[in-house]
Amino acid sequence: MSQFQDPGERDKVKGKGSGFSRRGFMQGVGVTGAVAPALIGTDAQAQTAPGVVGPAGVAIILNINGKATKATVEPRETLLDVLRGQLDITGAKRVCDRGSCGACSVLVNGKVMYACSILAIDAQGKQITTIEGFSMTGGKPHPVVTAFVANDAQQCGYCTPGFVVASKAFLDTHPNPTYEQVKDGLGGNLCRCGTYVGIRKAVLEAAKMMKGGSNA
Amino acid sequence: MPEYRWPDMSKRKVMGQRFSRLDGVEKSSGRAKYNSDLNKPGMLHAVLVTSPHAHAKVRSIDTSAAEKHPGVAAVRVIAPAGTEIQWAGWEVAMVAANTELAARDAAAKVKVEYEALEHFVREADLKKVKTRAKPAGEQVEGDPEMAAKQADVISEGYYGIPVLTHCCLETHGNVTQWTPDNKVEFNPSTQSVTSIRGDLARLLSVPAANIHVHQDHVGGGFGSKFQPDRWGLESSQISKQAGGRPVKMFLDRASELILGGIRPSGFANIKMGAKKDGTITLWESESWATGGIGGGGSPPIPYVFTKIPNRRQSHSAVSTNTAPSRAWRAPNHQQACYLTCAPLEDLAAKLKMDPVQLLIKNAGLTARPDTYVRQLKKAAELSEWSKLWHPRGDAGKGSIRRGLGVGAGTWGGAGHDSTARVTIHPDGTVEVELGSQDLGTGTRTIIAQVAAESLGLRVQDVRVKLGDTNYPPSGTSGGSTTVGGVSSSTRKASLNALEKLYGEVAEALGAPADQLTVSEGKVLVKDNPAKSLPWKAACQKLGVKTISETGSNVPAQAAREGLNTGGVGGVQIADVSVDIETGVVKMNRLVAVQDMGLVINPKTAESQIFGACIMSICGALMEERITDEITGRVLNADMEFYKLAGIKDIGEIVVHLDITEENDKRGVIGLGEPPAVPGIAAISNAVANAIGLRVPTVPMTPMHVLNALAGRKS
Amino acid sequence: MQPFEYASPKTLKEALALLGTGWGDAAVLAGGTDLLSLMKDNVMAPKRVVNVKEIPELKGITKTGAGVRIGAAVTVDELANNALIRASFPALLEAAQGISSMQMRNMGTVGGDLCQRPRCWYFRAGFGLLPTHEGKNLVAEGDSRYHAILGAGPAHFVSASSFGPALIALGAKVKIASAKGTREVEAAKFFVAPQNNETREVALQPNEILTEIVVPVSAAKNATYEIRQKDALDWPLATASVSLTMKGTAVGSARIVLGHVGPTPFDADGAAKWLAGKSITVETAEAAGKAAVESAKPLKDNAYKVQMAAVAVKRALLAAAGVKA
Repeated sequence: MSQFQDPGERDKVKGKGSGFSRRGFMQGVGVTGAVAPALIGTDAQAQTAPGVVGPAGVAIILNINGKATKATVEPRETLLDVLRGQLDITGAKRVCDRGSCGACSVLVNGKVMYACSILAIDAQGKQITTIEGFSMTGGKPHPVVTAFVANDAQQCGYCTPGFVVASKAFLDTHPNPTYEQVKDGLGGNLCRCGTYVGIRKAVLEAAKMMKGGSNA
Repeated sequence: MPEYRWPDMSKRKVMGQRFSRLDGVEKSSGRAKYNSDLNKPGMLHAVLVTSPHAHAKVRSIDTSAAEKHPGVAAVRVIAPAGTEIQWAGWEVAMVAANTELAARDAAAKVKVEYEALEHFVREADLKKVKTRAKPAGEQVEGDPEMAAKQADVISEGYYGIPVLTHCCLETHGNVTQWTPDNKVEFNPSTQSVTSIRGDLARLLSVPAANIHVHQDHVGGGFGSKFQPDRWGLESSQISKQAGGRPVKMFLDRASELILGGIRPSGFANIKMGAKKDGTITLWESESWATGGIGGGGSPPIPYVFTKIPNRRQSHSAVSTNTAPSRAWRAPNHQQACYLTCAPLEDLAAKLKMDPVQLLIKNAGLTARPDTYVRQLKKAAELSEWSKLWHPRGDAGKGSIRRGLGVGAGTWGGAGHDSTARVTIHPDGTVEVELGSQDLGTGTRTIIAQVAAESLGLRVQDVRVKLGDTNYPPSGTSGGSTTVGGVSSSTRKASLNALEKLYGEVAEALGAPADQLTVSEGKVLVKDNPAKSLPWKAACQKLGVKTISETGSNVPAQAAREGLNTGGVGGVQIADVSVDIETGVVKMNRLVAVQDMGLVINPKTAESQIFGACIMSICGALMEERITDEITGRVLNADMEFYKLAGIKDIGEIVVHLDITEENDKRGVIGLGEPPAVPGIAAISNAVANAIGLRVPTVPMTPMHVLNALAGRKS
Repeated sequence: MQPFEYASPKTLKEALALLGTGWGDAAVLAGGTDLLSLMKDNVMAPKRVVNVKEIPELKGITKTGAGVRIGAAVTVDELANNALIRASFPALLEAAQGISSMQMRNMGTVGGDLCQRPRCWYFRAGFGLLPTHEGKNLVAEGDSRYHAILGAGPAHFVSASSFGPALIALGAKVKIASAKGTREVEAAKFFVAPQNNETREVALQPNEILTEIVVPVSAAKNATYEIRQKDALDWPLATASVSLTMKGTAVGSARIVLGHVGPTPFDADGAAKWLAGKSITVETAEAAGKAAVESAKPLKDNAYKVQMAAVAVKRALLAAAGVKA
């Protein structure tokens, strides 16, 4: 369910005056203010030309969990906020919102990143994988998820999706990790309840499970 | 009436087993929906305008530009002209708009004129706090003067433990919808689904019956999430104003750290006296603490060793221009534990005595001498104390110095008021419903275990439904009271329902109802187990009926019934390495020996203790709310400089669960808070042992450690 | 965050044409780990954001006649896993490893590290680079625990750059492009202590983009030592990067550069000169460390950092020389 019942509302926020001349730039869409998204081409304009878009809403396409997903975003919207709000993909959490805690972790072209510190418009043309994209396949949990549950690596659970995404990314590059490597590898995520003991064990166990061929 | 007592430890099949938590897959796969994840049709987004001044009068507030901002549905003034602001971050106005961006843009257009007043925000220095301190008067016990004269050894020191913030990962807030039919749908992030309804009813003057509260998961609370809060009230008003549109209002990170939760500080000048043999004879303390503008924070010292014969104590509550304190995981206990166990260790060093021996020697000054002696010995064993401990400062010559330290704590933790409803359907399905909540402690899972145990079923046969005011009322999850409350109510409701089921199937089994029992998915005749009905077949006898029975934990009866009690001790020993050149403290190990009652799920119980230990490590080494004297603001209202330990920063944690027949007979006892108490003191003592002197204030950041080593005041 | 226009040019030329003449006109976006936070906190409110991650000229690590060329948009992770870097520049590798978050290493770029704004909590709260409030100097009179102990002032924030000290120690140069052409600046001169709130901490103009860094390859032994409280992602409290050109067993010439102790990386020239002709031992390393902080003027709360910086120098020297403490 979109949080924006009236999509036109999104574009009523007019951009502030800019000192730039806009002549010579292809897209005038973003600068004219109240343009309904329906009037905006569905091509992701910023992707192919050195054009300037925004500050008002821009129609973009994001590849999320293998699906081309349409969204209308102001350039200033973060990938995290667009995922959680407009697209209702809420596994990634907004916690510090400043790239310190890892609760918003997603994979971008297979690399783990902080979605709070990526502009949604900048995520066009990239493969974005959220926790929802791999955690369950055909009703079967991913080995990292299974290992997190088996080792009680979650309490309140709010940091957990971020940790699971980071753990998967870590195991993708460290299929045979040592205990020390696990501790070094997951330094970009924070937990408040104190689930680190379980997470350390879970990641080691997931590595074993994935070698055993149970990887989804 | 059924016999509610827990089955004998040896006969339990489901309780006591290490079950993985039932909502584990949901949480770890990212599918668990927290109320901060909700996106409702037509939902407005609300944000706060807060005061940049720590103390000021609102001269005027102009919301006209904000109201005209595109997409804005409502602007509410919370602090009208004339309001005296008492802390930076005070809620001044709330703006709601179609999008969060529009709400933020509009909030920036709210024009507030303030008349800045003098503020006071730092309380560590007693000389500076005098005018803001409210002394509670002196308490004297015995003859402290004489004791001071007669003591062989006197140890004196200054100790401090700062204000912390709960830093819940899911910030405080709610989605709320107050529709024109005067009904309110409230989806908060709360530790108290049941009682928040009544609190909101009072705030909104809406009948409680018109309010429905629902929450599946909560992203951390730690004592800070009981009330609807000002933002709950104002966002509900906005919903009403907007004709009943849902409003989402969650604090941003900065406000979460500034307003969402404050643990009071604790500071003290402490003098202790003892005989040569270590017998403690004297306690004198001049303590002060702040919990915000209203003062607050009164650590119960001396802690655990409460029966020191000669005592003189005075405490002052210090009023600061900071947001008011909230309950913390074991309110006041960490402060009290630090302010007692650190001076105790200093006394041991002065006596040239092993601190574990000093505590054992003085166990008679505690409420449970046997427990503490047993725990001290166990913790010493698990921490290799006899091998690794050395007299203070005798840690070798290199730059890395290792040390061990001990702390002791206590907590109540008896079950709260709770009612459960167990419904048995004709198809054999079992539902357990409670207006309770699972803070991540494993509440859902232990309820299922209790119901399954009581009904002779497996955990997967039971559906637990929590977090809704349509379910029977259950207490707040605070004070480690939940597990005792919900396990007892679930036990009673399950047995009450089962009694009804026996009545329905007695005829079919050809035996009186009181001769029936359950085991391994069957209803059977006690003396003739061959006569039995599978659970489903038994339930089919209900025809179109369902059985729905409640059971309540009544705190005043619980101990008599043997279902739950309270009152535990705990001992922790820390093992640290300090780099004396850089001041960096690294945890090697934290050993937790925890006194407990009946343990329903050792796996989640262990997790509670791991978490409590890690929280103590954060508190001992990193966490501190830093306020600025000049601007009056909080300088580290973020997760970059409000530091929390990461996965590599905690060393190894060793948990000893004291699961014994004897403890089991005490019934269920809460476990969230007790292990969160002794760690900070133990770690501080370990650092003192390593470097040969006390770092007087926690957190023991490199700054504080190097300052202590250099004899500089921090 | 204020609204802004956005562009993602494919060439350097296009990118340069999108920049403005004032700092408020446009901001360059690379990893975003700093810029987005600054914009969220309204410390920066550019009218336009120019993404430079798609520009080929800013990418890649290659060997050239002048040394190893590192594109400004190279990520910390790419740097840390590059064979050329690993072979010759442990000082850079160790600085990269100090950023102990996979996410940060995957996002953050080398150019972004050099250009990131100070973490000073007064600056981040909107009080400026030389923060004052009601006539009071916030750093000097407020809480200065994380602030500068070195430098001539008046700025007291610390440069947050992880790679700056190592690049200076290694004698690197940075290349800067504008629509008018390119220029090259020694890494040491790239960092500037601002004299007022209007200037920047780096030698960039609003119409310029940092395009690459060139690190000369030599036989110099080099290392970085960081003192951080946490092993997890955390800002260092003091760091030192050193580079030693050996003459036999003695130091021929040295570069010692401290990080997180001044508004720019601090080039401890005197200490480096003192080391020439000496071999690295625990004693000489310690003496060099003390010499490096000789001119330190700690503020009210940060005297502890003086010792810390000296220890960082000592440990970096020992690490570079392969001497066990």
